[in-house]
Amino acid sequence: MADVNRGNRPLSPHLTVYRPQLTSMTSIFTRITGVAMLLAGLLIVWWFLAAATSPEYFATVDGLITSVLGDLIMTLSVLALWYHALAGLRHLIWDSGRALDVETSEKLGVAMMILSVVLTILTVLIV
Amino acid sequence: MSYLTDLKRAVGHGSAREGTRRHWAMTKSSVALLILLPFFVFTFGPMLGQPHAEVVAYFARPFPAIVAGLFIVVGFMHFKTGIQMVIEDYVHGTMREYVVILTTCLSYGAAAVGLFALAKIAL
Repeated sequence: MADVNRGNRPLSPHLTVYRPQLTSMTSIFTRITGVAMLLAGLLIVWWFLAAATSPEYFATVDGLITSVLGDLIMTLSVLALWYHALAGLRHLIWDSGRALDVETSEKLGVAMMILSVVLTILTVLIV
Repeated sequence: MSYLTDLKRAVGHGSAREGTRRHWAMTKSSVALLILLPFFVFTFGPMLGQPHAEVVAYFARPFPAIVAGLFIVVGFMHFKTGIQMVIEDYVHGTMREYVVILTTCLSYGAAAVGLFALAKIAL
């Protein structure tokens, strides 16, 4: 009896059975932004290493990171950073046992999206 | 018919009371990163595109250097655990182990390079 269906169980994540929803999409994007920030993270570390090495090396890496492509990567990474931070904050709120119902979660999801764009524009303007 | 009992199958695979360890690690590092985030963005950001001498002088100062060092180390440790969760969801078999080893080495490596560079600038 205990051996029924062993090793042939459905395993998570079985995402394909779900219709896309605001809550699932905001969750997926938390992952995507988290993984995508690796590129900017490595660029920043490279930039620091170049600054520590020589003015010539620094000029090369700094030129790369402030080029059109570099600016695009860094600006999108700032958006990813604010989004991921707000999503993390939402998780901390959930962990405290608050805002767990669908309606509030969706409201927070919309707030995250709007606020991350606003914070990105502010960051680009200030920096 | 198997002679293994359910208990025998469960032993060694079950709760070692460590299931929440990674969750708690991510909670702690996320709180730390939320505090560090504005400080890092608004100290590191303005230095992009600045002349080399100015960048080196700026990160030789304690506050920008310590903020950058903390953000890089805590950030990459947060990444190490986070990416492992993602890999464990989507990659299976031996490949999972290779990829987790690779991302773990990458995380420690990047943090070490960042700290080395900051130390060299500051000293």
